[in-house]
Amino acid sequence: MRSGSNLERVLESGRFAVTAEIGPPRSASSEAVRRKARLLKGSADAFNLTDNQTAIVRLSSMASSVACLQEGVEPVMQMTCRDRNRIAMQADLLGACSLGIRNVLCISGDHQTFGNQKEAKNVWDIDPIQQLMVFRQMRDLGQTWGGDGLEERPQVLLGAAANPFADPFELRVVRLAKKVNAGADFIQTQAIFDLDRFERFMGMVRERGLDRRTHIIAGVIPLRSANAARYMKAKVAGMRVPDEIVDRMSRATDPKKEGARICVETIDRLRAMEGVHGVHIMAIGWEEIVPEIVRECGLDHRP
Amino acid sequence: MIIAERKDLKQITEMLEGRKRVLVAGCRSCVSICHAGGEKEVAIMAEALRLKAEREGREMEVSEVAVERQCEKEWVRGIERQVAAGDIVLSMACVEKCGGCGDCVLHLTGGVCPIARCAKSLLNGPCGGSQDGRCEVDRETPCGWEQIYQSLGRLGRLDLLEVNIPPRSWLPSRSGGPRRTVRPSVAKGAEERAAEVRR
Repeated sequence: MRSGSNLERVLESGRFAVTAEIGPPRSASSEAVRRKARLLKGSADAFNLTDNQTAIVRLSSMASSVACLQEGVEPVMQMTCRDRNRIAMQADLLGACSLGIRNVLCISGDHQTFGNQKEAKNVWDIDPIQQLMVFRQMRDLGQTWGGDGLEERPQVLLGAAANPFADPFELRVVRLAKKVNAGADFIQTQAIFDLDRFERFMGMVRERGLDRRTHIIAGVIPLRSANAARYMKAKVAGMRVPDEIVDRMSRATDPKKEGARICVETIDRLRAMEGVHGVHIMAIGWEEIVPEIVRECGLDHRP
Repeated sequence: MIIAERKDLKQITEMLEGRKRVLVAGCRSCVSICHAGGEKEVAIMAEALRLKAEREGREMEVSEVAVERQCEKEWVRGIERQVAAGDIVLSMACVEKCGGCGDCVLHLTGGVCPIARCAKSLLNGPCGGSQDGRCEVDRETPCGWEQIYQSLGRLGRLDLLEVNIPPRSWLPSRSGGPRRTVRPSVAKGAEERAAEVRR
């Protein structure tokens, strides 16, 4: 075991994993995270704590992860390359591990101009692939990137993101391969609405044998309204929402119910795809729907 | 003005591996003033390449040219024929938008700069926000990595995209503090300076 985390155990056992996202609050109190953790306990194997998502200041992902640990649920701490240089990243990895965090997701992060402090200076000293290289060296060789030995190695499962819906399409699997080569133990994907394109992507993944070298966890978002679908289709870079989904949401008399149903159907199809080892549910601001979706899919009774 | 420094010869010869007709192209502007890529440095570089190839028993035809400004298409157009005659151009100038990072990677990225053109200066490929060839930050801006992908495709070097580039040094960038570059071979010696004072 690399980390001894629950997520690693589930993935290594070959069981279909479930992860879910918890968005930290704009607050100096972790109570909102704790409330969501209590609500979602038992619905997933681990929970992602986002790191100043869309470049908006929130309770830090490390503090939020610790709040989850204290509530008895396992965190996946997200760490972007936008806000830290390699020195801070390595220190934060050591800090996180010392606090009991065992899963870390390495991501580039939304550009600061998406947030409400556009004038901030970004960092991007290293990119997520280099972040994986640095963290793997710390874990497997017991050395910082600078070569200093560590008294205690960080025991951590390393994750990364993949977006099969961004362009250039053919480069997406190349970038995934690079992340796997750099040390990604698991991959969480961007939310999937366009299943045909995702199936094509998975075909390329299997062709390269990447599904046997990492665990691919497919991302989904339950839609709450037709407007949410339209917004994601038109405004969110790197998202693809087929017209068919927008139409279904527009026609629905109970859009929330329809959104949850689409999500359950999507998960069912994803489970049937070879090489998909789990699902990652991102119910942004609608976390209470997660237990229902998991139950509907027959994925409750987490180990 | 851009201050440039020549890469070392070993790295340059690696970049030229397998090429037989090399055009060394200098520039009479910034890189000439700082003694890194003007006519004189082009001649030195070309001679060094010829000597090295000869010593190693390799066949290499090296030609030389210098234009007024490589950063302007109009000037570069004047050497189109020489460019077409070679199988690689070794530019000793800044032919691309330059972020002044001090450690050029254009030989790995099809001549398109990821530092200057990618909003996140990513070195290992496009982020998840690249769509329809556009950058997530501004839909009017082309995605730098899409441009790199297209360029490497044209050059038949898509294999370069598979290689993980490790964390780079930002020392030659602003991270090393204000930069100071001294080229001892062209700097005045103590005697020379003293003579000036006497005059």
